[in-house]
Amino acid sequence: MDKIIEVRHLSKWFGANEILSDINFSVNKGEVVCIIGSSGSGKSTLLRCINLLEKPTGGEIIYNGKSVLDNKHDVYAYRTKLGMVFQQFNLFNNHNVLSNCTIAQMKVLNRSKDEAEKTAMKFLKVVGMDQFINAKPRQLSGGMKQRVAIARALSMEPDVLLFDEPTSALDPEMVGEVLNVMKDLAKSGLTMLVVTHEMGFAREVADRVVFMDQGVITEEGTPEEIFNNPKQERTREFLRRILRDSKTE
Amino acid sequence: MFLRGAGVTLYISIIGTILGAIIGLIIGTIRTIPLSENPVKRILIKIVNIILTVYVEVFRGTPMIVQAMVIYYGSLMLFNINMDKMFAGIFIVSINTGAYTSEIVRGGIISIDRGQFEAAHALGMNHVKTMLYVVLPQVVRNILPAMGNEFVINIKDSSVLNVISVSELFFQTSSITGNVFRFFEPFLIACIVYLIMTLTVTRILRFIEKKMDGPENFNVIPGNQMQVTRPEDIAKKTGQTGY
Repeated sequence: MDKIIEVRHLSKWFGANEILSDINFSVNKGEVVCIIGSSGSGKSTLLRCINLLEKPTGGEIIYNGKSVLDNKHDVYAYRTKLGMVFQQFNLFNNHNVLSNCTIAQMKVLNRSKDEAEKTAMKFLKVVGMDQFINAKPRQLSGGMKQRVAIARALSMEPDVLLFDEPTSALDPEMVGEVLNVMKDLAKSGLTMLVVTHEMGFAREVADRVVFMDQGVITEEGTPEEIFNNPKQERTREFLRRILRDSKTE
Repeated sequence: MFLRGAGVTLYISIIGTILGAIIGLIIGTIRTIPLSENPVKRILIKIVNIILTVYVEVFRGTPMIVQAMVIYYGSLMLFNINMDKMFAGIFIVSINTGAYTSEIVRGGIISIDRGQFEAAHALGMNHVKTMLYVVLPQVVRNILPAMGNEFVINIKDSSVLNVISVSELFFQTSSITGNVFRFFEPFLIACIVYLIMTLTVTRILRFIEKKMDGPENFNVIPGNQMQVTRPEDIAKKTGQTGY
């Protein structure tokens, strides 16, 4: 299988704190990889390092065979190839739903307005938000905002979509609508790297699950391996706690 | 004469505020440029920042009345430039407003959520595009009330330009008092004219703010429901009820 993203010996320090240490993993084309682990384990930092919102302290990130940390590498062009969906949606407050999805297409990819709007409408339909193109972000619910954010990322037609805890800021009622959109995307063959606390989603949709603890990948495998037969004590403990919590809810 | 004075006052303060806002927007934006990792750019940005800081501190830290004297007579004495009085007036008001506004803009930029920058960067926008298409439009909206303040202050404080005999409202009123040998009535009238101007300006700005916010409601585009697969429908079909 083709490796789209390969991370080698990645480390990240914030001041004197080591957030990530010696991370090695890769994402193959068409694969859905879920990163799970407790808060503060470095999942989000890893994701942000991959699209260079955080600058890694050491190691390498290889994208389609090229090192992205090379000084000559075009960061901006690279980022258009990686869609990012944030926990806090981060829709542009000064744009309505449609122009949230078109502005970067027009200003970064130099698409014409017509072409950008056509692409945007296609993906707004996919997430079921095509009826709300005139709305401003402040007029939408959290779940709607996140669906628009997904459409915005898709409109750039990226190779990989990164999700940074996309449902963690949502009311429980709205989690389902966003996860369903994500499931559809996964089925359509999109390459996805998802940081999530939704174990059900990871179990059902992921091709591979990565478990992180204190800045290290401690375990990696298929959902069956991780959820039914975890090798590490730390993974077992984490899953026990998470699954018990979700039962009491 | 009152009306002509009021006209000049309004003219100077409108142009001065707009030019000042543009100066402030540019300077405020430059002063928030993140330090580059490239050492040459880094030093360049630092030097520019120092120059701009000096500009802001000097013009904020000295009275406009003194600046007017120094600039008008200074340019005449040192560079032998005999500035048009009106031009000098607008120039002084503009750079003064620019100094204040750059700080307002800087505050406005800092107050924009980090997520807006990150989302723009994640979509491949560089700093300039992020600023132009995402951040500054929001900053402009957010600083409008503060700009209204600046405008009102300019209407009132342009009266100090009478020291370089710009024929604005205060200067005209003084001339009138010389003609009629009365002080109270002309200045009372001037007072009312100033008040009318400032009240009108604040009302207009409030209106612009509302316009910029757009309508409270939005139109739902009725789509072909058959084509729209809503996530809820999928959930029902597959018999899942979320997590």
